[in-house]
Amino acid sequence: MVTNLSKPAISIANLNHYYGQGSLKKQVLFDINLQINRGEIIIMTGPSGSGKTTLLTLMGSLRSIQEGNLSILGQELLDASKEQMTLARRNIGYIFQAHNLLNFLTAYQNIEMALEIQEVTAAEADTRIRTILNAVGLEHRMDYYPSDLSGGQKQRVAIARALVSQPKIILADEPTAALDKKSGRDVVEIMEKLAREQGCTILLVTHDNRILDLADRIIYMEDGYLVNRSDVAE
Amino acid sequence: MTKITPKKKPLFLSWLQLRKERARLIVAIAGISFADVLMFLQMGFRGALFSSAVEFHHSLNGEIVMTSSRSRSLISLDRFTDRRLYQAAGITGVASVSPIYLNSIQWRNPENKEIWDIYTIGINPEHQVLNIAGVEANREKLRQPDTVLFNLGSRREFGAIAERFQSGEAITTEINERQVQIQGLFKLSPTFGINAYLVTSDVNFLRMAPFRQGGLVDVGVIKLKPDADVQVVLAEMRSRLPDDVKVMTRDDYAKAEVAFWSASTPVGYTFDLGVVIAFIVGSVIVYQILYSDVTDHLPEYATLKAMGFRDRYLLIVVFQESLILAVLGFIPGTVIALGIYQITNLATMLPMAMDLGRIVFVFILTAIMSSVSAAIAVRKLQTADPADIF
Repeated sequence: MVTNLSKPAISIANLNHYYGQGSLKKQVLFDINLQINRGEIIIMTGPSGSGKTTLLTLMGSLRSIQEGNLSILGQELLDASKEQMTLARRNIGYIFQAHNLLNFLTAYQNIEMALEIQEVTAAEADTRIRTILNAVGLEHRMDYYPSDLSGGQKQRVAIARALVSQPKIILADEPTAALDKKSGRDVVEIMEKLAREQGCTILLVTHDNRILDLADRIIYMEDGYLVNRSDVAE
Repeated sequence: MTKITPKKKPLFLSWLQLRKERARLIVAIAGISFADVLMFLQMGFRGALFSSAVEFHHSLNGEIVMTSSRSRSLISLDRFTDRRLYQAAGITGVASVSPIYLNSIQWRNPENKEIWDIYTIGINPEHQVLNIAGVEANREKLRQPDTVLFNLGSRREFGAIAERFQSGEAITTEINERQVQIQGLFKLSPTFGINAYLVTSDVNFLRMAPFRQGGLVDVGVIKLKPDADVQVVLAEMRSRLPDDVKVMTRDDYAKAEVAFWSASTPVGYTFDLGVVIAFIVGSVIVYQILYSDVTDHLPEYATLKAMGFRDRYLLIVVFQESLILAVLGFIPGTVIALGIYQITNLATMLPMAMDLGRIVFVFILTAIMSSVSAAIAVRKLQTADPADIF
């Protein structure tokens, strides 16, 4: 897919979203407008049920756009076909609250899965996997299955998996929620460092106040509305 | 021109996934093996039935066989006058003709005096009528009155005749109130309709079966001269002989016997149904395994979809799993079936034999069984919604 470098990473205009149908139809996102530039690190906070995750799944091309416009790296996702949505996902690295690693694959193979849909040679794949495992400090655990890794280690494998394909955008949903204070901070710092090296854009949903200082900009969601609070980051 | 670079070798996801859950893999393999063993057994019994049913037919020493036009099978006979046979002997190309008498006769087990019907074959002891080694070796002893040859493959109900004879004991027993003596042994497998055979001379046959009339025979064996064309002679016979008899090649005679068993008795149907049931049992087992496998891995599959894998990739993974299971289950299934064939052979004397065609056929059935199960199980994949994993 050709990505246009002059376009913003994510651009959202007049986005509305609804759940349910007929009389049960309920609006969950109201007139969202948001522009995220390349290389920016954005933290999104807000109470539970405010629509953060819905917005994240829409940006991640995991859900179809119903109303308004949303484009990722210059590609409009409104009325995108299933195939277009699938291909759009390949530019995005996801980090989930639960690590969502494949339990039947080793740490190395889990990271390798991300390169399965990329055009890479065997030698290049191996170099990239080892480099990223080294960066997250798990080179000595590469043949371990997820069940033999600690929570922090699993989340670090998940980060390595999200970053190994050098995506333009990282979407992370409470990546520290299942971790203790120390490993939570470590994980986010690794993520930030690697993302800055690769010049990729990060959108991170979190309730964790201890990591807010890593953001370039903080956005706040409440009851389906986006409230811009750039002052918090200063 | 596109530059060719060695691409990364894809991960063999289906096998990695199956391998990780050892217990489930073993259950799946056991289930498929079980279904395969069932199918092999049903086909084996069916095959044994048919090959045993025509052992007599194939042993006939002649290219052409004559029967009454109303005969259908060795267990559904009608008689014809041996004059037809001598008429046929006059036709150009015929070297010799020989009549055979067939009838069930009451045999008294010499050990416990129980009466059992034994299938008795009466031949002219001067002619080589049956190509059975034991019969050929002892044929001339049948010139003496009240002598018979006993079947090596007979069931125990008739007494341990073969063992005792081989140990040198002289065995006499009563057939239709005549004392007869065993003069030798020969080998002919029991069938689903015939438990044991006796071979005797035509003269002895008529003494043991006084209800049978000389000159009315059951089967005629016609031997041709070496340069004769079977089809030409057959055509000539059909035009010359009345329609109370029919003539056919020895192979067609055997085929008619098989056709009788598969079409006019419940036996063929029963075993076919057995194969179908084994197939269904196997399908259900594979489906259960694949369904729970897919269900357990739904979050992981959803993650793969979120990473940008197409649905097709996951479909291929599940179908690969089903085919791996088919192969892994088929191998032990075939080995076990071979073992059971051997045991059945020893226990029932039925000629259970494996052939390549059957192995290929069961493998194809196994592959279909697995693919069909996979096709049903993959519908569950659609519920792997990447939007749910956040």
